[in-house]
Amino acid sequence: MAADHSHDHHDDHHDDDGFHVSYQGYATGFILSVILTAIPFWLVMGKVLGNPKLTGLVILGFAAVQMVVHMVYFLHMNAKVEGGWSMLALLFTVALVVIMLAGSVWVMYHMNTNMMPTPDPAAMRNMP
Amino acid sequence: MTATVATHVNGAPVYYDQAGAYHPPNSTMLGFWLYLMSDCLIFAVLFAVYAVLGRSYAAGPSGADLFDLPLVAVNTGLLLFSSITYGFAMIAMQAKRQGQMLAWLAVTGLFGLGFLGIELYEFHHLIHEGAGPQRSAFLSSFFTLVGTHGLHVTFGCIWLVTLMVQVAKHGLTTANRRRLMCLSMFWHFLDVVWIGVFTFVYLMGSM
Repeated sequence: MAADHSHDHHDDHHDDDGFHVSYQGYATGFILSVILTAIPFWLVMGKVLGNPKLTGLVILGFAAVQMVVHMVYFLHMNAKVEGGWSMLALLFTVALVVIMLAGSVWVMYHMNTNMMPTPDPAAMRNMP
Repeated sequence: MTATVATHVNGAPVYYDQAGAYHPPNSTMLGFWLYLMSDCLIFAVLFAVYAVLGRSYAAGPSGADLFDLPLVAVNTGLLLFSSITYGFAMIAMQAKRQGQMLAWLAVTGLFGLGFLGIELYEFHHLIHEGAGPQRSAFLSSFFTLVGTHGLHVTFGCIWLVTLMVQVAKHGLTTANRRRLMCLSMFWHFLDVVWIGVFTFVYLMGSM
């Protein structure tokens, strides 16, 4: 990009958008994400860990790591993009998502477990 | 720049930007990123719905009965490959190799269509077996979440073809480069959402 800069300085002055990509970056991201995808599929399809709860936690961990890998190597996210505003928006969104997901699951889990036992459906239909 | 200069009462010049030619550097990318974040919230809501309803089978089939993991693995592979081929297209764009870039975009589009084909086959198969969205809360939330992702991929493919035509017609102009970078973010973002889908819906659903 630095080389282009000198000759198309007038008409393309906002061409230098901080966009620099390389084979190496994409290849690293791709290899990492293939590994991070293959392991969870293997764990679940081969029932490697035996315990479904443990397997669930482990594959959620793999998903989180893979999301970060995609953010860094494919979406080129770092603290400097757009002067840090992209990262700020991302962090804000992540905070909202965590509150929303954890809150929904928490509230609805308690609603389900603390619900009064349902009488048999036939009796409910005859209720006033 | 086509700007009219008028004189204000106190003598200071006032500028009007009529053609909208001035774009502050980078603002499009930030704006598009903010759009993606809002899209992320849509998906988060659908994930929350699935998290709450995903085990309400209404005496119907569960994920373990329905999901075909090898097919999901193939689908995941297609989306991953489409991500790296889009990356190659961006590298070609950076090197100003238009033909090479269009070829990689075409490959990306084919992977996207392959993904959509498998997903439609899966949906058709489920509905055919009587496991349509009306069967249970689990299936309603499943179809909404996965269908919304599929709809995004569909629009991504349409956008991809549109941009290929534009680049073929007008070349790699600044505007086209900006559009291609937006689509790049969109495409990779959909891949990130798919990580959540295959982990949370398919893998955890079939345990």
